[in-house]
Amino acid sequence: MIRGFFLLLACQLVGEVLARGLGLPAPGPVIGLALLTLGLAAWTRRRPMSDDQIAASDVGRAATGLLGSLSLLFVPAGVGVVQYLGLLSEHWVALAASVVVSTVATLLATVGVFLLVKRRLAA
Amino acid sequence: MNPFRLWVYLQTAPLFWLTATLGAYLIADALARAVGRHPLANTVLISVALVAVLLKISATDYQTYFNGAQFVHFLLGPATVALAVPLYRNLALVRENLLPMAAALVVGALVAIVSAVVIAAALGAPRVVLISLAPKSVTAAVAMAVSERAGGLPSLTAALVILTGVLGAIVVTPMMNALGIRDYAARGFAAGLASHGIGTARAFTVDPLAGAFAGIAMGLNAVATPIMVPLILPWLIR
Repeated sequence: MIRGFFLLLACQLVGEVLARGLGLPAPGPVIGLALLTLGLAAWTRRRPMSDDQIAASDVGRAATGLLGSLSLLFVPAGVGVVQYLGLLSEHWVALAASVVVSTVATLLATVGVFLLVKRRLAA
Repeated sequence: MNPFRLWVYLQTAPLFWLTATLGAYLIADALARAVGRHPLANTVLISVALVAVLLKISATDYQTYFNGAQFVHFLLGPATVALAVPLYRNLALVRENLLPMAAALVVGALVAIVSAVVIAAALGAPRVVLISLAPKSVTAAVAMAVSERAGGLPSLTAALVILTGVLGAIVVTPMMNALGIRDYAARGFAAGLASHGIGTARAFTVDPLAGAFAGIAMGLNAVATPIMVPLILPWLIR
């Protein structure tokens, strides 16, 4: 567990250093995600692991633990919204309409294009 | 010890607010489970409401709260890295869907930015609000940096990001079901692209494959939106 957690933090740390050092547009944790994916690919190429073995590995268990309660991790930032209720209520009609319509439109456009291209490729 | 002084100590100690955050989440999670994970019973939304009421009653400011809650907040970084594990476990499917993902990323990110700005502009929102809205579909840390660079208000952006996340997490399941879409890779990808980590958290509760694709979409959009916003905004806002 500690080893798995160390690996996650180490990937984030290297990602953070790369993102800041090279001025990359992606944030450190996203670079860390890419690094860990590449690391897993390199590691399992050397010694092949089944899906169950990956899930039961140190990093697999650390990941399952964190991702199983992903919603919890957004609570502190979510509570922050309460601070901006004044600012939000000032333009609430425009903001509510924009967020609602845009989120629905984005979901529709994304899923639509995904399925359209997938079907074209299969045809 | 005087009970008043004890409360003053507790109210400012990180321990109390960290415990309260976990407690609120456990209550919210139990409620969500009791209603069969109904999309409206969003765990983030319920937990935030519970903590917000507690802060209001105890007249505690956000900074004091965050001193305790930051230990939970910190885990967002390693949790983002951890998305590599479900991604890797579904690598065969990811490889198969590379082209659909690339096309959906470009169109989805574009729609997210343009529709948000155009609608708010039509309803008379001022320039600074429009800029703050543009990166709303991307994960909070990135959205705030994009907003600041473009001349928006990072704090307003952070609030809009959370609202977009919760809203997307609530609407995605009923919407996809109503449309009869059963491709969980496509559903998850849309959830992560439109509503970042909160949409990804929802996707994981629906289906592990959807969660994996949501995580990928969130990561990809965290790269796409910072590139797109400065290119598109001058065309949308004069």
